[in-house]
Amino acid sequence: MAIDMELDRHILRRTDAGDEEIVVNFGPQHPSTHGVINFVTQTNGEVIRRSVPDVGYLHRGLEKIGEQVPYPGYMPFTDRIDYLAAMFANEGYAAAIERLLGVEAPPRAKYIRAIAGELCRISNHFISVGTMAQDIGAATPLTHALRERESINDLLEELCGARLTFNYHRIGGVAFDLPVGWGDKVLRFLDHLDSYIQEWDRLITFNEIFVKRLANVGIITREMAINYGLAGPNLRGSGVNWDIRRDMPYGAYPDFEFNIPVGTGRVGTVGDCWDRFFVRVQEMVESSKIVRQALAKLPEGDIQAKVPRKLKPDAGEAVGRVESARGEMLYYAVSDGSEKAYRLRVRTGSFMAMGIVEELSHGIMVADLIAVIASLDVVAPEVDR
Amino acid sequence: MKITLGLDSTSLTRRYPRLAILVTLFMAFGVPLGLYVAALAIFPLNTPERLNAMAQQWFGFDLAGSPYRYLVYTLFLLLVAFIAVNFTAIFGGVSTWVERRVAGRMQSRIGPNRTGAAGFLAWVADAVKMVLKEDTIPASADGLLFRGAPYFSMVGLLLPFVVLPFGESTVVTDMNVGVFYVTAVTAFVVVGILVSGWASNSKWALFGGIRGAAQVLSYEIPAGIALMVPVLMAGTLSMQGIVRAQGGYPWDWFVFQNPAAFVAFFIAVTSSLAEGNRTPFDLPEAESELVAGYHAEYSGFRLAIFLMVEWANMWIMGGLAVTLFLGGWQVPGITDEMYKAALGTGLVPAPTWFVFQALSMLVFAIKTWALVFTFIWLRWTLPRVRVDQMMSLCWKYLVPGAFLCFIVTLLWQLLVPPVGVKITGVVFTVFALVLLVKFLIDTRRNIDRVKGDRVDLSNW
Repeated sequence: MAIDMELDRHILRRTDAGDEEIVVNFGPQHPSTHGVINFVTQTNGEVIRRSVPDVGYLHRGLEKIGEQVPYPGYMPFTDRIDYLAAMFANEGYAAAIERLLGVEAPPRAKYIRAIAGELCRISNHFISVGTMAQDIGAATPLTHALRERESINDLLEELCGARLTFNYHRIGGVAFDLPVGWGDKVLRFLDHLDSYIQEWDRLITFNEIFVKRLANVGIITREMAINYGLAGPNLRGSGVNWDIRRDMPYGAYPDFEFNIPVGTGRVGTVGDCWDRFFVRVQEMVESSKIVRQALAKLPEGDIQAKVPRKLKPDAGEAVGRVESARGEMLYYAVSDGSEKAYRLRVRTGSFMAMGIVEELSHGIMVADLIAVIASLDVVAPEVDR
Repeated sequence: MKITLGLDSTSLTRRYPRLAILVTLFMAFGVPLGLYVAALAIFPLNTPERLNAMAQQWFGFDLAGSPYRYLVYTLFLLLVAFIAVNFTAIFGGVSTWVERRVAGRMQSRIGPNRTGAAGFLAWVADAVKMVLKEDTIPASADGLLFRGAPYFSMVGLLLPFVVLPFGESTVVTDMNVGVFYVTAVTAFVVVGILVSGWASNSKWALFGGIRGAAQVLSYEIPAGIALMVPVLMAGTLSMQGIVRAQGGYPWDWFVFQNPAAFVAFFIAVTSSLAEGNRTPFDLPEAESELVAGYHAEYSGFRLAIFLMVEWANMWIMGGLAVTLFLGGWQVPGITDEMYKAALGTGLVPAPTWFVFQALSMLVFAIKTWALVFTFIWLRWTLPRVRVDQMMSLCWKYLVPGAFLCFIVTLLWQLLVPPVGVKITGVVFTVFALVLLVKFLIDTRRNIDRVKGDRVDLSNW
């Protein structure tokens, strides 16, 4: 593989290729890399020969920190794993440690977790589809999406005091109960959201240029998606009907009725960039349904299970998995009987998505690479942790 | 203790709130009005015959026989050029403010609103800031070409002003090959883009430069053919001649006078969007792909020139479309004879003539601003096309389409009697009005559906 060796050398030396081809670094600082990622790209004019993600610029050793601090003290750090969908990072960690301890959150806490999580999913998907539109060249949808997300930020701020890094979940429950009158505010927002999604579809989803740019681009087939271990909307965009919330139920999700949107190839081929975009748009509607049901059925009771002040789980291991906005978020914790985890491992959807970029990049245009990266909804801190 | 400089606009505004409004009004209306009045006074005088006659009558000086006559003519031409360049720069600045305010509205945010009333002086502040910035030249750039590239673009921007008619008589010169000249000189802009892309010695700039060259050169062709449609209809290449062949009322405009011209209008506008690097064709400087494209390495004054060219080009794009398709400066109800009668035979025309001139300039400005506003709308609504889509749109659809319009116009000119043209004009005008009403109703309905805000200017 002469090209491979050559490119690997270039990744190290960052020098130009000879002949007609050039090596361009899309990143680490680039408007479309959504954080600090470098896509080392070998191109022949506008046509990309190969693009290799060069990750690790945002590595903060979060998994190692998990071995340094006591179990409850790690919760704020999980926010930093995925700052756009921090509720899920909280929830996954709480789920893993609860299993390790053998405690279970009370029903009300589970419902509140579902409400907070689904609001967070809507907020994250707004960023995702908004920045995708921005990367395709339409500036206006992003600001509209940010405006809607701001309402969710306000709601979540009322709930837990933070707008981005929530630190809301606790091992065995949640930190605060719902504020008085909060449910009505959420319902009012959801009414607005449902009509706004229709406007969104008219503004950008079915825009002719937008569809032309994304249909049949970056096609991930069913087999590829499974082989590369994609998760969440990226996986479902390829037509794989798999959602942790339904297929490996946790928390309050068995109580809710909701659909799992999958890619259908409505404007092109199953698994193209547009399908991944549209799956996210539909998921916002489904999340809105879940929040409505959860608010309607919300049980009374405690929001925090009884857990000892000092957490010392028995030696053993546990896995907590939740359906994050970026797909399955898996925490694997090993306990040696002390106050701190012996080993903590996080599996995230973004990191899985990075692997497939190279395979998708053969022979596409520069602008398509941007569309592919945007459609995978990669967040740099989640890749590097 | 807060230290404020005497010229700190914020502190001055705080102390004298009315000053900000006065300055804004002066900048927003006084300066353009001054330029318009200067243009109105200077442009019609700017022929050797009139200058000779004036010198003879007022100063008793035989300019025609003087050896220095060319010096005087040149001085007057420089005055004209000074007005045109200032107009360009000020239009470029004002349009950035308009664009940012309109974009703010569309994106449900506010936009610049600090400097001057309604933030109008933001463009002045930006221009001053850019001039004060260091003019960096990358060490590995080709210094000479890097320095020169902005001026190529600027020349391409300024030259069309020579033939672009602002009013009945307010045009620098009415060349008999006006349309041909405009299509030729606007291509200078691409030289600037290509040279800056190459000389920057940056991969992003190179991508942008090559894209720009491919795009602008490709779209010259459909634009050129589409511009030939009004030329066929008027039977002249002169810009003033084309405007005079149209009339003041919409049904007298070329765009409504035959179906092919209606299509050609949209082809011409689309192509000029591509030539001006406006969204959806902003590929050469696609921010999300190429960071800043061909001007990625530029800073300071040179960057300011590139940006000025980009925004002021909207006036050329809009003005050209208005001149060729939308009746130009023609005021409804004022005919050529009335202009001639008002002009009289004296050296200085009657006041009515100046009123007519001002009206015609106003009509042209309103039409052009309407188109510029549409360009801004498009920019903040549409996504960007891909390179291959941009090329296939040009070569597969616009070029054959423009050719078809050309042929249909030829046949139309031969076969359709004047009565038919009149009827077509009225039918198409009604059609356009219906479309406009439908557009307004749909907008209203869409706003109602999401319970959005109506027209609300409270935060300006």
